[in-house]
Amino acid sequence: MSFIKCECGHQNPEGTDICQNCGRPLSKEEKSKRLADMRYDGAAIRSKTHKRSIVDKIWNFFSSVKIGVSIIIAILVASAIGTILPQVFYVPATSEAQAAQYYEDNYGLFGKIYNALGLSDLYGSWWFMTLVGMLGISLVVVSLDRGIPLYKSLKNQRVDRHPSFLKRQRLYGEGNVQDPDAVMQKAAEKLKEKRYKIREKNGALLAEKGRWARWGPYVNHLGLILFLFGVMLRALPGFYVDESMWIREGEISAVKGAPGLYLENKGFSFDMYTQENTNEVFSEAIDRVGSVASNYQTDVALYETPEGALPGSTNAELVKEYSIVVNKPLKHEGFHIFQMDFKLDELSAMTFALEQKESGESLGELTVNLADPQKEYDLGNGAKVELLDYYPDFSGFEDGEPQTATPVPNNPAFLFKMTTPETPEGETSFVAIRQTLEPLGENTYKLAFQSADTRDVSGLTVRKDKTIPVIALGGLIFMIGVVQGSYFNHRRFWIRKSDDGRIQVAGHTSKNWVALQRELDAVTEHAGLPAYTDQRDKEGHSDKSEGVSNT
Amino acid sequence: MNLVDLSGNLLFTAFVAYLAGTILFGGAVKGSKNEASASNKRWGKLGITVTIIGFLAHLSYFITRWIASGHAPVSNMFEFTTAFGMLLVGAAILFYFLYKSPLVGLFALPIAIVILGYAAMFPRDIQPLIPALQSHWLTIHVITAALGEAILAISAVVGLIYLLKNIDLTKKSKERTWLEFIMFTLVLVLGFIVVTVGFRAAGYEAAFDYVDKNGAQAEVVYHMPALFGMNEYSAKTEGTMQPLAEMPAIINAKTLTTFTWSVITGIILYFLIRLISRRRIAELVKPLAVKANSQLMDEIGYRSVLIGFPVFTLGALIFAMIWAHEAWSRFWGWDPKEVWALITWLFYAAYLHLRLSRGWEGRKSAWLAVIGFAIIMFNLVAVNLVIAGLHSYA
Repeated sequence: MSFIKCECGHQNPEGTDICQNCGRPLSKEEKSKRLADMRYDGAAIRSKTHKRSIVDKIWNFFSSVKIGVSIIIAILVASAIGTILPQVFYVPATSEAQAAQYYEDNYGLFGKIYNALGLSDLYGSWWFMTLVGMLGISLVVVSLDRGIPLYKSLKNQRVDRHPSFLKRQRLYGEGNVQDPDAVMQKAAEKLKEKRYKIREKNGALLAEKGRWARWGPYVNHLGLILFLFGVMLRALPGFYVDESMWIREGEISAVKGAPGLYLENKGFSFDMYTQENTNEVFSEAIDRVGSVASNYQTDVALYETPEGALPGSTNAELVKEYSIVVNKPLKHEGFHIFQMDFKLDELSAMTFALEQKESGESLGELTVNLADPQKEYDLGNGAKVELLDYYPDFSGFEDGEPQTATPVPNNPAFLFKMTTPETPEGETSFVAIRQTLEPLGENTYKLAFQSADTRDVSGLTVRKDKTIPVIALGGLIFMIGVVQGSYFNHRRFWIRKSDDGRIQVAGHTSKNWVALQRELDAVTEHAGLPAYTDQRDKEGHSDKSEGVSNT
Repeated sequence: MNLVDLSGNLLFTAFVAYLAGTILFGGAVKGSKNEASASNKRWGKLGITVTIIGFLAHLSYFITRWIASGHAPVSNMFEFTTAFGMLLVGAAILFYFLYKSPLVGLFALPIAIVILGYAAMFPRDIQPLIPALQSHWLTIHVITAALGEAILAISAVVGLIYLLKNIDLTKKSKERTWLEFIMFTLVLVLGFIVVTVGFRAAGYEAAFDYVDKNGAQAEVVYHMPALFGMNEYSAKTEGTMQPLAEMPAIINAKTLTTFTWSVITGIILYFLIRLISRRRIAELVKPLAVKANSQLMDEIGYRSVLIGFPVFTLGALIFAMIWAHEAWSRFWGWDPKEVWALITWLFYAAYLHLRLSRGWEGRKSAWLAVIGFAIIMFNLVAVNLVIAGLHSYA
């Protein structure tokens, strides 16, 4: 590595803008500026010094703030595009073909193109993830590239800087005073009172406070990196469970994705706000809107098979009873079970009477439990009904065969064989809701629908997310860093006296210059320092003079 | 007088106080030669006093409505927008005391007034909470997010002042056009308020049957003459205007009608102003901004982003994720509202990086701040009303 030698004799690494010893400008670019570029205190950053190898080039690419901001803007624009139409996971479709159809049907040609370009699953696309990954790399590289030189530079900073360094600070003043030593001493006093750390050397003074605020950006970047790492962990098996399940009232079912856990649905309830059951302040809104849901609730009992129990063993123990409502999931051993959906009044059983068609005489009733239909129902006195076939969600005939669309009893249909003493051969009847067919000729008997029982079904989601602690820690560290960097300021003053009795004063802050000026005003007044100006504020001088004259 | 009426009256009091505060701050700025002297004027003190009175009345509205309904009044469009207006005034007061600049008040109050006017166009009745909103995170998440947005909005307010002062309006330029466009959008909001209040006062109502996008029959009531009809509409009210065009089911023709009426009214208003004053609106407002100290405006803008950004992150992302994890079983689901909160966050992150590392200060920074506010408003208005998602409660 080559070095640049400053007039003061200090060897600075190549790429240094401001001499790390005396503060004179070194680079050509820096020399041309009226005010010092204090971003990293003029230290050489790696990306400015290493430019040869492939690694350097990659490093330099990711360390560029221009690239970083471009990545941020690219993610921003992509995210916005993804909100134009609903993403595929919010679309009622179970297959890709169905989804494609949905976009075309609902949004026409635009929808078709949107889906075909993969914008309907934009956030899961490889290029979007690549962008986020690049942002992650950029965060790491930038933090190392800038953070380390800044840390070293501030740690090793000298007290006595060259007059040109002070002159090139944004807040700067100089002038003659009667007793420079007394002025310096009084200034130090006031600064100490304001909790500055004071160092003095060779007639120069450096007052500094809040340096730790400079680490804020690096801390928050660390938090973000951790956050993204946590999100990546999800891809590993075992870290993330996400299942949904339907469970009917009265049923016990294994919790999906959670071996050994069983859930019993003890009842679902769905409530609405009405004029009677709520506060009268809501009455106007209820009148206007009509019906407003107030609660979705599944009362459950959670069971667990004891550890070490044989697979398939059924001696599960009750863990707890709980009412799952929206916003209050059931929590157990890292699993969260949420109330997500429901279906009211699903058919659970149907009751029929076996009747002689002409006389209407009943030979007895049978009840088919739709969750557990029997093969045969004996009605006594020689009458029996056999259930030849059951179609839970009857959807019509195909080649003369009845079809079922789903295994859910939305539209049950049955193929019965009725045997009575009068018809010992048996008669076949196809019974569906509001429809009876007699495929094998006219029957003497029929099954007359009597009643149906219904029950509600709860839609629950089972989640387990082991990455949450990592993600939460990342979020916490980010917040700490962002507060550290935003709500605290790094402030420095340099005061210097020369042999001829002149005093120079300069101030720098990472941000909030108005507050820095207020502090310098107080010190100036107390110690009698020469007046300073904000060399950036072109309108400031006239303001100040008028402000003073008005008071 | 019951609590709900009291609450309504307090809100009206706040509204009137903000109008008065604007005039007083105007007096403070007009009567002074520049930034540093203006704050010393009696007018400035009067202005901030009246503003604080208005803010306290606004806060009392908030508290009384909270007590009456039993939940934080941030659960629908009217309540949220009203609360946002309140926090915007609160943030303006905070920055007045930090920097003693009456200009912030002078420009923030009219924006708060327009926001309150906009809020009042939505149903104001107190609604019971649907199950998804029954959580203390409603209070925590929404109020923190709105506070963050309000503080960030201050950067747009001073950014606007900075631009009005520093853009040469006598010469044709892109910046001049865009600045006038900002003024125009404010007039558009006024157009929306004027047209809504107008048809409401006239008691206009027209009901239609239509077929929604799931193929189901539905009914809709327009409060403005229907320019656009819903999918397969048929009129139910006699003697009302027939829609000029029918829209497909995915487009809410009622919203489109309201939008079109607002734009028409806004354009008429805009040209009336231009015709009467014979000047651009930016030129009309500019005299109020020329006394600003550019460096101070830039400083306030940067500071408000610095203060607002962490609050916004906490409220709109972190608290949002915690709540989403409790209510919807996942902390992040790419719902449009979530995405737009992320976009807002990314945008201000870009603002900070461009400022810190690329030296985007002054004019560039001011433009970014104005765009940031536009994104926040887009998330409030368009994402709630146009893009359908889990957050569409209004």
